[in-house]
Amino acid sequence: MDTNLTGPLLDVQDLSVSFRTDRGIVRAVDGVSFHVDAGETLAIVGESGSGKSVTALSLLRLLDAAGSIDSGRVLFDGENLLDLDARAIRSIRGDRIAMIFQEPMSSLNPVLTIGKQVAEPIRLHRGTPWQDALREAERLLDHSRIPDAPARLKDYPHQFSGGMRQRTMIAMALACRPKLIIADEPTTALDVTVQAQILALLKELTREADSALILITHDLGVVARYADRVAVMYAGRIVETANARDLYGEPRHPYTQGLMASIPGVEGSIGHRLKTIDGQPPDLARLPPGCAFAPRCERATGACREATPALEPAGNGRLAACIRL
Amino acid sequence: MSDLAYAPAMTTLAGQRPAVVTFLVRLVREKPLGAVGGAVFLVFLLCGIFADFLAPYGVNETNMAHRLEAPSWDFPLGTDHLGRDVLSRILIGAQLSMIVAFLAAGFATVVSLAIGVVSGYFGGKTDMVVQRGVDAWMTFPDLVLLIVIISVVGPGVVQIVVVLGLLYGIAGSRIVRGAVISVKENMYTHAAQSIGARTWHILIRHIVPNVMPVVIVLFTTRIGAVILTEAGLSFLGLGVPPPAPTWGSMLSGTGRTYMYLGAWLALAPGLCLTIVVYAINVYGDALRDLLDPRMRGSQ
Repeated sequence: MDTNLTGPLLDVQDLSVSFRTDRGIVRAVDGVSFHVDAGETLAIVGESGSGKSVTALSLLRLLDAAGSIDSGRVLFDGENLLDLDARAIRSIRGDRIAMIFQEPMSSLNPVLTIGKQVAEPIRLHRGTPWQDALREAERLLDHSRIPDAPARLKDYPHQFSGGMRQRTMIAMALACRPKLIIADEPTTALDVTVQAQILALLKELTREADSALILITHDLGVVARYADRVAVMYAGRIVETANARDLYGEPRHPYTQGLMASIPGVEGSIGHRLKTIDGQPPDLARLPPGCAFAPRCERATGACREATPALEPAGNGRLAACIRL
Repeated sequence: MSDLAYAPAMTTLAGQRPAVVTFLVRLVREKPLGAVGGAVFLVFLLCGIFADFLAPYGVNETNMAHRLEAPSWDFPLGTDHLGRDVLSRILIGAQLSMIVAFLAAGFATVVSLAIGVVSGYFGGKTDMVVQRGVDAWMTFPDLVLLIVIISVVGPGVVQIVVVLGLLYGIAGSRIVRGAVISVKENMYTHAAQSIGARTWHILIRHIVPNVMPVVIVLFTTRIGAVILTEAGLSFLGLGVPPPAPTWGSMLSGTGRTYMYLGAWLALAPGLCLTIVVYAINVYGDALRDLLDPRMRGSQ
């Protein structure tokens, strides 16, 4: 509950989000709490539909009309973002909190030049004249390792490759020196060699700017290399949070263990089948009673199907939501 | 290069050649018929613009010595029952048609854009209310609505432009709305929100430029429709009032009355109408094929 400036940069408390669908109201995020310290990298990991992207969008209130935030607080520098009026939240978006999306192919407007798009947040938040904003955009692009940035300023997005577009998005996100960057699967659409470059660049530039980073991903390999802390999401809830190294060393929650076991390894992989987690993620409109992971869990007992487990300390500063620990 | 298909034509310019040149080359190469249509329309447009210089005689200059004369070197399209030169009247008529067409189609496009963007972007209840209004408007047959309104407010260029603009504008808003709905789902509109852009900023800078290909096509096809409808109204006596020489009134007035004495009186305005509308429609179709990415690769 610490809301003064010595507290965490971002403190999300009991956030719940639901969507109106044809099949009734679906709770996509259910009582999620986590925090991000200044300069820290938090990875939010989970399968598709686990609620990680919805969580990210909710922080800046960017959900579309069908989604609504039912409860919770999003304290950023001690200020609840969910209480702000439209003008106040706009002044934070892109200035103090920036976002990077997963589709670099369509995140840039095809009819505007790269330079104008990178300069846009500077213009919006600082009111800088075009010439100066464009010069700053050039510096940002150069900093994001776009080769020959001055010449590429006048290019259109279709002249850029996927990797270059994502570099552009990074340049745009960093334009106003935000305290927090939310990157929603920033490398999903890119090929593997480019993925590593983009993540390394993102990490380097955020560290340089002393920004915190929320990295949303389904790729545990990414987590291992770039995150300080990890939150694992399953069916709209956080099931385990821990330091990245601890989580790798010793996953506690059965779901996290399942995820770790299903990473293809180098040693001993020949002749062995890759371990998988049986079954499928649950339908959010028809969640099973009790622990949502119970139907797929090897260690589930009758008690697991009765009450939803709460996130509780599981040693070493980590939290896990499992009654079988 | 698949990205090129995705980006609207305006951005294909970004190469070495200016946009207009690239576009014209593609038009001639891929849609020769459309190119011819465009050229023919351009000729009519130029005739309209320079009608005052091109017309060999005054529009209402009567010459009783040369009444109902067949086409000759002096009067290339003959003369009417008052001895007025038909070519001159056709040229000035072209001017009137073009003025009405561009103003009404332009106004219609603005109306379509405004309604379509608001309805499509805001969606939900706004969309619901606006679209039911559009539905209600579209239950009236065009011509009946036109005749009623014009007979109440009286004929005249301004009235025709406003009424035709509203009529086609409201109907066309559906098309713009559809385009807006698909554009707003693009990540860049979300990205624009995420950098703190205001709604109007997103509309003007991100939505409108990306629906322009649809709007341009809409404008082009509306020009043909407006020319025809205006001719229809003139034919019924509800168009631009005489003695202004519109093609429609030339057809219905002297054309119909003296058809048996001088076929050219009806043929000249009739053929002009047919040719100009056909030309603009063919050009509009070609434009749609070139600008609309969904049409790419069909054929």
